[in-house]
Amino acid sequence: MTIAIRVEGVSKRYVLQHQQRERYTTFRDSFASAARRLGKRAIGKATHDSVTEEEFWALRDMDFKIDQGERVGIIGRNGAGKSTLLKILSHITEPTEGRITITGKVASLLEVGTGFHPELTGRENIFLNGAILGMARAEIQRKFDEIVDFAGVERFLDTPVKRYSSGMYVRLAFAVGANLDPEILIVDEVLAVGDAEFQRKCMGKMEEVGSSGRTVLFVSHNLPTVLRLCPRTLLLEGGRLIGSGESSRIIQTYLAAKALGTADRHGLSDVRRIGGMGERFRFTGCSVLNAQGMATNRLLFGEPISIRLDTVANEDIDEVSVAVGFDNYAEVRVATVLSEESGVLYDYSAKQTREITTRPQHFVLKPGRYFVTLGARRQGQPLDQLSQALSFDVDSVPWQEVQPPSETSGIVQVFAEWVGTDG
Amino acid sequence: MRQAQETIIEAGRTERHYWRDLWRYHELFLFLTWRDILVRYKQTVLGVAWAILRPLFTILIFSVVFGRLANLPSDGVPYALFVAVAILPWQFFASAFSDASNSVIGNAGMISKVYFPRLIIPASSVMVALVDFALSATIVVGLMAWYGVLPGWRALTLPVFVLLILASAMGAGLWFAALNVRYRDFRYVVPFVAQLGLYISPVGFGSSLIPEKWRLLYSVNPMVGGIDGFRWALLDSSQPLYWPGVQMAFVTSSLLLVTGVAFFRRTEKSFADII
Repeated sequence: MTIAIRVEGVSKRYVLQHQQRERYTTFRDSFASAARRLGKRAIGKATHDSVTEEEFWALRDMDFKIDQGERVGIIGRNGAGKSTLLKILSHITEPTEGRITITGKVASLLEVGTGFHPELTGRENIFLNGAILGMARAEIQRKFDEIVDFAGVERFLDTPVKRYSSGMYVRLAFAVGANLDPEILIVDEVLAVGDAEFQRKCMGKMEEVGSSGRTVLFVSHNLPTVLRLCPRTLLLEGGRLIGSGESSRIIQTYLAAKALGTADRHGLSDVRRIGGMGERFRFTGCSVLNAQGMATNRLLFGEPISIRLDTVANEDIDEVSVAVGFDNYAEVRVATVLSEESGVLYDYSAKQTREITTRPQHFVLKPGRYFVTLGARRQGQPLDQLSQALSFDVDSVPWQEVQPPSETSGIVQVFAEWVGTDG
Repeated sequence: MRQAQETIIEAGRTERHYWRDLWRYHELFLFLTWRDILVRYKQTVLGVAWAILRPLFTILIFSVVFGRLANLPSDGVPYALFVAVAILPWQFFASAFSDASNSVIGNAGMISKVYFPRLIIPASSVMVALVDFALSATIVVGLMAWYGVLPGWRALTLPVFVLLILASAMGAGLWFAALNVRYRDFRYVVPFVAQLGLYISPVGFGSSLIPEKWRLLYSVNPMVGGIDGFRWALLDSSQPLYWPGVQMAFVTSSLLLVTGVAFFRRTEKSFADII
């Protein structure tokens, strides 16, 4: 068995610059910080630089091999380094250290519809997108009918895609990528598009690609899909490879690791922050409260939820706005509550602590696991931020008589009024 | 059975196959050019006519303001024609340069999601400008017919000057495109250069107006040689071509192109990280 991808000691470092709202620098900033450094050297004292640089290792010492014809899933939390790894394998960005050897022609599908132009027609976009993904024109021509058929947009081929419904757009975009014909296919989370019917079609296509002896690397949050598509899975955490092996085993490890941090009153003081977060203001604890006001990590279906936050300010600071976000198991944001939106801002004096409790109204979570993300800011400037600070489960046992709905009814629980008028 | 290709990805590894890759992606280059041309004139009432109208109005205004009102000398040819053969190459340079400069940040989505030699993006912007230029060249043909001026054998040298301008625009565009990714300030410099260049290059006047001792220095701007070349190639003007200026233009434009490509190549790997 030949090796398709060999990754040896690969690391990727990003340099983060703080106190900057925009991702790119301007020449003025660089100039100013250079001048400041120079000034400081001249004065001969080291003061705290207002533009700090911090190193951030998105990937650290990654080592693995993938055999030809293998289908491998890559899972991990947001920020675990999955996307960075795919970007390096796809040649989009280069590693800081290490070496990767790839045998065979690679195609990556990190996004559907890259380069799609809204003014161009469906037909024109198929050719453009195909070329962007590295297909030759003859190849696109050969597969044209198949692509159109897969997307089901025959009648709209000569309509600009800006007139497409979002479903059609996504179907067409995926269809082009799905008909790539490489030896190694790298796919990032693009199956999570379209309606159920189309998703089934996509899954079928992916299985077909996999069974035809091609090597597939597949990143997804959708664990059942990974389980179905990939016999082997890699688990990433904090930029490191922490597990590799049979998919069902790795997924269990992952879920168990995720379930950690469900202590009823979760201490947050020592959680590492990046980018100066938590310096002026900090969340020190967080807990989920049930209907009786007791800290818990398990709620019944339909039970009112409260989140209690422990906070401390290190200096005088006013007009602090607090936000709590809820993500579901697939790390999809279900809802966010912001104190600011309810017209509530908190003033702190130095060293003051405060316990804040929020009770989202008319908020019924469907059974499953949820993650709580915390944020605090002042006039739009972030003060502290903790992604998925803790998790809790909503049981399928009802709190009151309302039974939980089936899993296929969507991610949001809605109670509706129904009116029938007899004719 | 096809020989399996092996790719090695490593930090700081310069691509051995860069130029071969560039060729492999030549269809993408054509597609991007085609896209930009298509998109530019879609949803415009006048469509491609804009490629002609824009320079036409500029020529008109120059003729009235500088030709009629300021009465600038035009080396013995009708002023409108004199200025037209300068405005076309200038606008070619200006749009090629500014489109190339903004092309990389304008395609940020593609850069962060797909691999291809990044050089394709500014190159296709320059191509688009070249197509526009070819369309607008009909103005000069029209004006020459109108004034009954026939081009001589010198017109055959025209491609050389087109190449000269293309190289300068590409070189300067590559510098700015790469710098733009890191420092967005350059976005504001680009229109400024394009605007100012119109007045410091010999568009509204002949470069013979420049005192002899300054002329070589003036020719450091490669557009001086380019525009002079255009006038010399197309018009039977009384002014001989100032050869040192043309040589200087070739030196500066090649320098711009070589350093531009080198700088772009050196920085392009980090584009996806900072764009």
